Amino acid sequence: MPYLEFFNPVEETLDRAGIERLQLERLQRTVRHCMNSPFYRERFAGAGLTPDDIRSLDDLKKIPFTTKQDLRDTYPFGMASVPLDRCTRLHSSSGTTGNPTVILHTKRDLEQWAVAVARCLWMVGCRPEDVFQNTSGYGMFTGGLGFQYGAELLGMLTIPAAAGNTLRQIKFFTDFGTTVVHAIPSYAARLYEVMCERGVDPRRDTKLRIMAIGAEPHSEDTRRRIEEMLGVKAYNSFGMSEMCGPGVGFECKEQNGMHIWEDYYIVEIIDPDTLERVPDGQVGELVLTTLNREAMPLLRYRTRDLTRILPGDCPCGRCHKRIDRLKGRSDDMIILKGVNIFPIQIEQVLMQFRELASDYLITLETIDGNDVMTVEIELSDRFIDDYAAFQKLERDIIRSLRDEILVTPRIKLIPKGSLPKSEGKAVRVRDLRKQY
Amino acid sequence: MTVHQLSIFIENKAGTLVSVLRLLKDAGIQLIATTISDTAEYGICRIICSEPERAYEVLRSNGVAVSLCEVIAVELDDVPGRAADAIGILSEEGISISYLYSFLLSGKGVIVFRTDDNPKTLDALTRSGMTVIAEKDLSKLV
Repeated sequence: MPYLEFFNPVEETLDRAGIERLQLERLQRTVRHCMNSPFYRERFAGAGLTPDDIRSLDDLKKIPFTTKQDLRDTYPFGMASVPLDRCTRLHSSSGTTGNPTVILHTKRDLEQWAVAVARCLWMVGCRPEDVFQNTSGYGMFTGGLGFQYGAELLGMLTIPAAAGNTLRQIKFFTDFGTTVVHAIPSYAARLYEVMCERGVDPRRDTKLRIMAIGAEPHSEDTRRRIEEMLGVKAYNSFGMSEMCGPGVGFECKEQNGMHIWEDYYIVEIIDPDTLERVPDGQVGELVLTTLNREAMPLLRYRTRDLTRILPGDCPCGRCHKRIDRLKGRSDDMIILKGVNIFPIQIEQVLMQFRELASDYLITLETIDGNDVMTVEIELSDRFIDDYAAFQKLERDIIRSLRDEILVTPRIKLIPKGSLPKSEGKAVRVRDLRKQY
Repeated sequence: MTVHQLSIFIENKAGTLVSVLRLLKDAGIQLIATTISDTAEYGICRIICSEPERAYEVLRSNGVAVSLCEVIAVELDDVPGRAADAIGILSEEGISISYLYSFLLSGKGVIVFRTDDNPKTLDALTRSGMTVIAEKDLSKLV
């Protein structure tokens, strides 16, 4: 019997009215449920709101935004809407400076997350006969377990290869007949490079046909290059740990914008300065409200990702709104190798070294297909006299940075006063990659 | 009895070294010995000069990453094997050398080194009858 086109035929084929009916019902339920969390109880009281005030989808506008800072301030469990003994998983952001963020999941949250990911993969043609290899880091990085459970639910043979060890990844491709791969875009390019070095022709020697790429902003050109190099169709994946992880949005076969699953989320685009909603088609900050989560629902969460809603219907037949590929951030967050990094994390590490002055410059660039972070750091007056001490200092800085940001940067020590002084806000990050 | 040495952080970039040397020149400070080792990104330029304390202030006030540190200078007769004798003394005492360089001064050889324990080094050298140079002696010679 041939497969159906949809993983969740009912939800995926809802028309606009159907989506909005379901959204209102779920929004009202979510808001009432949020009153179990001390944070939202206080937030609603402060705004003079009660769950009964949410009578239409338009009433969403009355609810104050939730920010990453709120997540930090309520660390670790202040936003939970269920007792901890009902939770079955915790994901936490990287970083030890300030408070990291914590996202809790109940058993049902994890099941629903897996459904969303499976729906995405099914949409682009993954079927139980496929062999799925995940090159994401596992552990706290949600691209690992998130794709794992979704791919298993779909019924593919899964290979949790995890990050790194490129030669082994390629050996798995050829030996296990991998057909679907999840990778961050910069790693897709790396895979091809190493295949070439080893004389492996992706078209001749592997069965690769579908690639899910995400967690890292990339251009349409990058996608086309990946498709050309590896002989695959590459689909853009959108997710973030605050919303559970991957599975929030995904491109359909049209490859024109990522459908956000509107039975799971309400999508708004706001002007990050006025905080007013902008019309479809206009770029602004993406704001998401979860509709299908128990442990930690988030209302009007400011993602800081800049994008726009693509106006018009998608020829694939799904009415779920599409967002354009990400156009940047409304804060200073850096995304390197799929890892989210804030410059303040780097600054706080550098401050711990007496040998360093306060000025630094982070440069992101692509060298031989690899995205590399270089941190130039000015030395303080406390200058040391021998090379061994310098090398130790460099090693110590690199180790401390890696522990904090989970990526190993290159560092360059420079004399005090050599970084350009800017008037007003110092330029701390130079991004020479072509992502957006 | 140690000698002051300037240690200067030099970025591996055209014109860095000369700008430091010109600052010293303009201040009328004379170099006695200098050395730079090679590394990829940066080097440490070590200088023994007249009026090291003033030289230090001149460089510092001009934003140069510099430190003033104490090294030991030993005068050696110009005959084969004297360096081996001097280093041998340290070796026997279990003292390790961080770095070493040498120059000629008024027909005598001078080796400069920094060790992990300057007082112990001085003690060992003096006991063995080595001529340790004082800073005032150096200044007299320039």
